[in-house]
Amino acid sequence: MSGSRDRYRELFERLARRREGAFVPFVVLGDPSPEISWRILETLVAAGADALELGLPFSDPIADGARVQAAGQRALAQGVKLGDCLELLTRLRAEHPDLPVGLLTYANLVVHRGAQPFYRDVATAGVDSVLVADVPLNESGPFDAAARSAEVQHVFLVAPNSSDEVLQRIAERDAGYTYCLARGGVTGERTDLSGQARTLLQRVRRAQAPPPLLGFGISTPEHVRHALAMGARGAISGSAVVRRIEEHLGHPELLRERLKSFVRDMKSATALP
Amino acid sequence: MKTAGRFGSHGGAYVPEILMPALEELEAAFHSALADPSFTEELATMWRDYAGRPTPLYRCRNLTAGLAGELYLKREDLLHGGAHKTNQVLGQGLLARRMQKTRLIAETGAGQHGVATAMVGALLDLSTRIYMGAKDIERQRPNVLRMQLLGAEVIPVASGGGTLKDAIGEAMRDWTESYESTHYLLGTVAGPHPYPSLVAEFQSVIGREARAQFLQGTGRLPDAVLACVGGGSNAIGIFRAFLEDPETELVGLEPAGKGLDSGQHGATLLRGRRGILHGAETLVLQDEEGQIRATHSISAGLDYPAVGPEHVHLMQTGRARYEAVEDGEALEAFHLLARKEGILPALESAHALAGALRLLRAHRGSEPLQLLVNLSGRGDKDIENAELRRGLQP
Repeated sequence: MSGSRDRYRELFERLARRREGAFVPFVVLGDPSPEISWRILETLVAAGADALELGLPFSDPIADGARVQAAGQRALAQGVKLGDCLELLTRLRAEHPDLPVGLLTYANLVVHRGAQPFYRDVATAGVDSVLVADVPLNESGPFDAAARSAEVQHVFLVAPNSSDEVLQRIAERDAGYTYCLARGGVTGERTDLSGQARTLLQRVRRAQAPPPLLGFGISTPEHVRHALAMGARGAISGSAVVRRIEEHLGHPELLRERLKSFVRDMKSATALP
Repeated sequence: MKTAGRFGSHGGAYVPEILMPALEELEAAFHSALADPSFTEELATMWRDYAGRPTPLYRCRNLTAGLAGELYLKREDLLHGGAHKTNQVLGQGLLARRMQKTRLIAETGAGQHGVATAMVGALLDLSTRIYMGAKDIERQRPNVLRMQLLGAEVIPVASGGGTLKDAIGEAMRDWTESYESTHYLLGTVAGPHPYPSLVAEFQSVIGREARAQFLQGTGRLPDAVLACVGGGSNAIGIFRAFLEDPETELVGLEPAGKGLDSGQHGATLLRGRRGILHGAETLVLQDEEGQIRATHSISAGLDYPAVGPEHVHLMQTGRARYEAVEDGEALEAFHLLARKEGILPALESAHALAGALRLLRAHRGSEPLQLLVNLSGRGDKDIENAELRRGLQP
C-alpha cells in the first residue's frame, strides 16, 4: 500500500530545499516489451528522474498523439496486460521506496475492472496518483471516491481554457500535483511553449491548486527552464522520451545511453536561478 | 454543462478537460437555437428545399407476397445525399455557423456521414476535413470521390484497425487543438453529451413524418418499427416518435457479421459490456482486459464497437428490443428488395429489412402484421462489394 505517505509532498519539499524543479519523464508501461520496459524505468530513475508518470497501454487513447499511441500499440502487440503493468509497478516500488509514481490511464480500463478493485490493485502496486485522461472534473466523482478509499491521489488535468471555477474545485480536492497542459491539443513534441501556459500557471497558483507540473510538448532543457521560469514546479516530458524508445527498437543498450543523457540534460535544467 | 446528458445511467461527457469548454459552448448554442424560430425555420426550409423532405412512405408491392403482413419503407434513401445523415448535418452545420466556426471536421465509416458533411461544408462555405479509416477508404471508394468532389479533404486513418472508431479518435484529437475555429460534426447519437441529444433531435424528423404518414395511410400505428443500429442515429430518429405508443414495438437490428459467436461482429447491445468509449458511458465491445475490440460487418456503417447511450437505456427499460442480423441474411434482404421492388438499399438498411422479413416469416397470428422499416440509405455506395456481386454474370 502507498499508505498515508505523500511522496509528492515529500518530493516538492526536498526539491525546494535544493532549489530545483521536478523533472518527470513519461513512458508507456510494457513498451516495447515488459523486460525492456523495466530496464527503461531503471534507467530513467538512475539518470535523475524525480518522479515517473506511467501510461497503461490502451487501444483508443484519444488524448494522445501518434507517438504515444504507437507506444501503447507496441505494448499491446506484445500481449502486455494490466497484470504485467502491475508487476512492473510493484517492482519499481520495491526498488525505489521514495519515488513518486503516477499512472496515466483511460476511463474504460478503470470501469472495466471496476473502480474499487482498480484503485485497490494499483495502490497495492505502490502507485501514488492516477490521472484518467478522459475523465473531466464533471465526471470525476466516482473515480475520485474510489481513489480516495484506496489512498490513491486523483490527479486533475487543466488547460489554458479551464475556467477559474474548475481550478477552484480542483484546489478543494487536494491531489499530489496538478497536470497543466501547456497548450491545446494532444501529446506531442512542440518547438515552443505557448504564452497561455504562463497565465494558466499563475491562475493555478492563485487558486492554490496542488503544485503545477507542466506537460505536453516538453522536449528540450530550454522547455524545462522556461516552464520553471513561468511558475511550474516541474515539467513532464512524454513524447520526447517515447520517441527515443521508438528510434532504438532492437537496440536496448544504445537506448539506455540515449535516455540516460536525455534525462541528465533535462534534470540539469531544473536548477532554479 | 446545463445537463449531465444521461439516459438512465448511460451517456455523460468523458473527454479530456480541455474539450469541456467546447462541449459547453455547443450545448448552449444547441439550446438557444432550438428556442430561436429563425433557426428552426431555416432548418425546416433546408430540409424541404435542399434535402427533399418529407421523404415518402412506401408500401412494398411485391416483397411481401405470400407473407402474413405489410411492409412500409420510410424512404430516407431518397434524401439528398442518399441517406438519413443529411437531416442532422444540416442542423449541425447551421449550429456551426451560429457559433461562428469556420471549419468542420467529421469522422466517417461507410462514407455517408462524410459525404453529408462535405455537402453542408460546401453549402455553408466551411472548410471541411473528413477522417476515414484506411480500411473503409478501400471498401467505400465511390464515397471518397464524392467527398473530394464536394471540396472536402479526406484524411486516411491507419491507426488501430483503420475503421470508424479510429477515425472518431483522430477527429477528437484534431478538435482538442482546433475547437476555437472548428466544429466537430459528429455523425451519430454516440460520443459525449450533447451529441447524443442533438443528433437525436435533428434525426427525429424521420419518425415524426413516418408516424403521421403511417396513420394517414393506414388509419393505425405499425405493429413494429425496425431500424439498423451501428451508432444508432437512424434508429433513434425513427423510434423517438413512437416512444409513447405502447402498441408499437421498437426493434433495432445490430450487425452479427460472421455470427454472434464468431467474435467477428458489431453487436454492441447484445454482446457489449459496460464501458466508456469516445466520450460516453455505454455498452462497448471489449476484450477481457478492457481493450476495445475490432468489429466486423459487411456494412462499414455498422462497424462500431460502441453504441448511442439512449439505445442502452431503451433496451434496459424494455422499450426497445434488439436482434442481430448476419452478413448473409442482410445480403439476402438486399437482393430481395432490389429484385422485387427495384430499390437498392444500403447494406446497413438491409439489416433492418432482414429483421422485418424475419418477423413476417415467423408471424402466425390471425391479423396481418403491419411493419415500418427505416430504409436509412441507398445502396449505390455498396455496388463494388465483392460479396454483394457474387453470382452476377461477369
